[in-house]
Amino acid sequence: MARNVTTRHKVTATAAAWIVALIIFFPILYTLITSIKTEPEAIAGFSLWPSGTFENYITVQTQRDYLKPFMNSVILSVGSTILALIIAIPSAWAMAFSPTKRTKDILMWMLSTKMMPAVAVLVPIYLMFRDFGLLDSRIGLTVMLTLINLPIVVWMLYTYFREIPGEILEASRMDGAGLWQEIVYVLTPMAVPGIASTLLLNIILAWNESFWTIRLSTTNAAPLTAFIASFSSPQGLFWAKLSAASTMAIAPILILGWFSQKQLVRGLTFGAVK
Amino acid sequence: MGSITLQKVSKVFGEAKVIPSIDLEINDGEFVVFVGPSGCGKSTLLRLIAGLEDVSDGQILIDGKDVTQAAPAERGLAMVFQSYALYPHMSVRNNIAFPLKMAKMEKSAIDKKVTDAARVLNLTDYLERRPSQLSGGQRQRVAIGRAIVREPSAFLFDEPLSNLDAALRGTMRLEISDLHHQLKTTMVYVTHDQVEAMTMADKIVVLNRGNIEQVGSPLELYKSPRNLFVAGFIGSPHMNFVDGAYAQSKSAKTAGIRPEHLILSKDSGLWTGTVKVAEHLGADTFLHLDVDGIGQVTARAGGEFGAQYGDRVYLTPDEAKLHRFDDKGIALRA
Amino acid sequence: MATQNTKTLARLMMAPSVLLLLVWMIVPLAMTLWFSFQNYNLLDPSNVSFTGLFNYQFFYTDPAFFQSIWNTLVIVGGVLLITVIGGIAIALLLDQPIFGQGIVRILIISPFFVMPPVAALVWKNMIMNPSYGVFADISRFFGLRPIDWFAQYPLFSIVIIVAWQWLPFATLILLTALQSLDGEQKEAAEMDGANFFNRFVYLVLPHLARSITVVILIQTIFLLGVYAEILVTTNGGPGYASTNLAFLIYRTALLGYDVGGASAGGIIAVVLANIVAFFLMRAVGKNLDR
Repeated sequence: MARNVTTRHKVTATAAAWIVALIIFFPILYTLITSIKTEPEAIAGFSLWPSGTFENYITVQTQRDYLKPFMNSVILSVGSTILALIIAIPSAWAMAFSPTKRTKDILMWMLSTKMMPAVAVLVPIYLMFRDFGLLDSRIGLTVMLTLINLPIVVWMLYTYFREIPGEILEASRMDGAGLWQEIVYVLTPMAVPGIASTLLLNIILAWNESFWTIRLSTTNAAPLTAFIASFSSPQGLFWAKLSAASTMAIAPILILGWFSQKQLVRGLTFGAVK
Repeated sequence: MGSITLQKVSKVFGEAKVIPSIDLEINDGEFVVFVGPSGCGKSTLLRLIAGLEDVSDGQILIDGKDVTQAAPAERGLAMVFQSYALYPHMSVRNNIAFPLKMAKMEKSAIDKKVTDAARVLNLTDYLERRPSQLSGGQRQRVAIGRAIVREPSAFLFDEPLSNLDAALRGTMRLEISDLHHQLKTTMVYVTHDQVEAMTMADKIVVLNRGNIEQVGSPLELYKSPRNLFVAGFIGSPHMNFVDGAYAQSKSAKTAGIRPEHLILSKDSGLWTGTVKVAEHLGADTFLHLDVDGIGQVTARAGGEFGAQYGDRVYLTPDEAKLHRFDDKGIALRA
Repeated sequence: MATQNTKTLARLMMAPSVLLLLVWMIVPLAMTLWFSFQNYNLLDPSNVSFTGLFNYQFFYTDPAFFQSIWNTLVIVGGVLLITVIGGIAIALLLDQPIFGQGIVRILIISPFFVMPPVAALVWKNMIMNPSYGVFADISRFFGLRPIDWFAQYPLFSIVIIVAWQWLPFATLILLTALQSLDGEQKEAAEMDGANFFNRFVYLVLPHLARSITVVILIQTIFLLGVYAEILVTTNGGPGYASTNLAFLIYRTALLGYDVGGASAGGIIAVVLANIVAFFLMRAVGKNLDR
């Protein structure tokens, strides 16, 4: 195709791509801009030139205690991800390196649990949480997020582990490595990239989960999803603050997401597209 | 010391009997090649010796010691894998040093051994590189380096050259043979390529469907194959098999004549054939012929033999080099 | 690898996740099934009785039920249409040599990482608000009367928001698939005299077919359960105009306190999801056999 790449072609494609990209990115960009406007500016009509105040960020923290839901989001997403990894790593390991005839069925079945619509079990889960006093508790939500993401974590790890050639493990055994040395010197270094990608993607998924986190929390354990959703009722005159809160809610995960684009494709398609 | 003895070793995967029962003696210092078509069980046999697979029944002895239940690392063997199985996250130096580190050898001793191995294998300039930065032949040498530093009682090679191109395969074949002469350590080598088997082995084990068809030196197998399978597998181009009247006249079910034992002539001979393909290699000429009343036959003439597509030529089998087989495919000895 | 004690160890290693998921799948589902045959209202929890298929009948005869099924289909279908067609178009564009490819990719993928409540609130307030939104500003610029999106086209507005969130996903996956197309194949097709359109129809589209299937099925799973976007924008209204099945079940259970009815709805949702899941499993399962 090299001969086709004329400068004009490249310039046209570049212009088109940038226009599309900016349109798609616009709502995020505009949120960022609005967050540094004053409230009157925010509703004064379209403008890309804010006065550049950081007051909204301060107000969101002082009036609505932004830090609390933020910390809840961090605790829930990181905690549930680590918990899921601890449970999933041995499973995925066994499936990748000691597959049996039933391994495939087990994997498919795990995936099928992900297909179960959350609303279908809303009632029993809600009642169980209520009866066990887990409503609005971080522990309850962490367990919940761990369970709903466990199949994805197992699958992602499985697809990564399966790419570690079995011959290398055999080689290390021939070289005299015991099980422990095999894990420390050969497996871990080779598995770390896959585990890291899984960790990253799962934190993103847990951070943005917006059904259980909203339904099963009120104040104490409420993460950013529930915090932002609580802004839905009042109208007008608060957009700059809403924008500031939104920006802070999405910024950390947006940046994580940029780093994990490639893993995202594999992870969310369960290895079907690489 | 590195003698390996297999006693009634068998391997069953689920329903499939991959290896029914094998007895084999590998002497210390021997270069033994397991050869056979794919699926004949040669790699499984090697992995049984390595301890990477459990033996279903029978015993494996190394230097007279029963190692049937021993873990791979306890058997004192080193293995070179088909994919080389280098550790991608370690430098060449650390790859070679890995088995020594596992053996808890002292750092200075490790360094010396790695340096020596690297010098022998021409890897000195590449010690700090990662495997991904090496060519196929260099990776192969690293894998061998990792095997030799351990000073194992025997080396196991699992189709080590199959990922290399033809020219490099030739070179590495020589290097491995040379290594064997230097180290004088037992080597067990698995391949499906009979040329590798013929050129490197002290002793060839021909396997078919998990059974040993014949064990012997390359020339023994070439000169007196025990059955049709070995006769057809060893030698390139393959032996011609002739059934029917000609075989009956030699009181056999099948007669076998190697291409190089057919005397070609443009004037007269026992059989007449039409040239279908003529391969002129300079040193040799291979003719693929359609012989009247017999069928497809391959013949080899030393040097240049001027024949082209469609030419009629005469051929006569060299009766002294004729192989005869009975109706069960077993060789008939005169 | 295949030695006997590694196999035993493997079973032990798999046990925790298998058991957890088994419990997590069976217990709540069994409870839902049980509740769906009960007359159980949270406001009157002492008075629980068996009602047979009454809850299903009740759900079935409720006009809101059919509207919610229809709305669910519109959301799924509308979003799929926009994301797949848009995704293919953008992926083709990004597959061209362009300046700043990395940044363009980052900009386009970004909406996927925005949590649903934020996405919905930003669109509702900043973009689609009839008085102060950007769309209203644009309408006024052209001298048109601004549209009150959530009052006039509530369902369509939700489709737009959800499509914005999922377009990056479709684009990214289709782009990845597009880039795995063998360059020599394209050159061979060019040698064979295929123009851009022919190459797209006979070469690119068949190559993308599998990824498109995966995109459709995975998105469907998530789109069947769209919830937060509805909650923070229309709250299902006006009336039931933007209530999908998931939202209807939530309304029945936690706003209507009708455990039995919500459970019957839940079982219907499970059946629906299973139909989709069946096809997804087949598509993904094939990949395992490589």
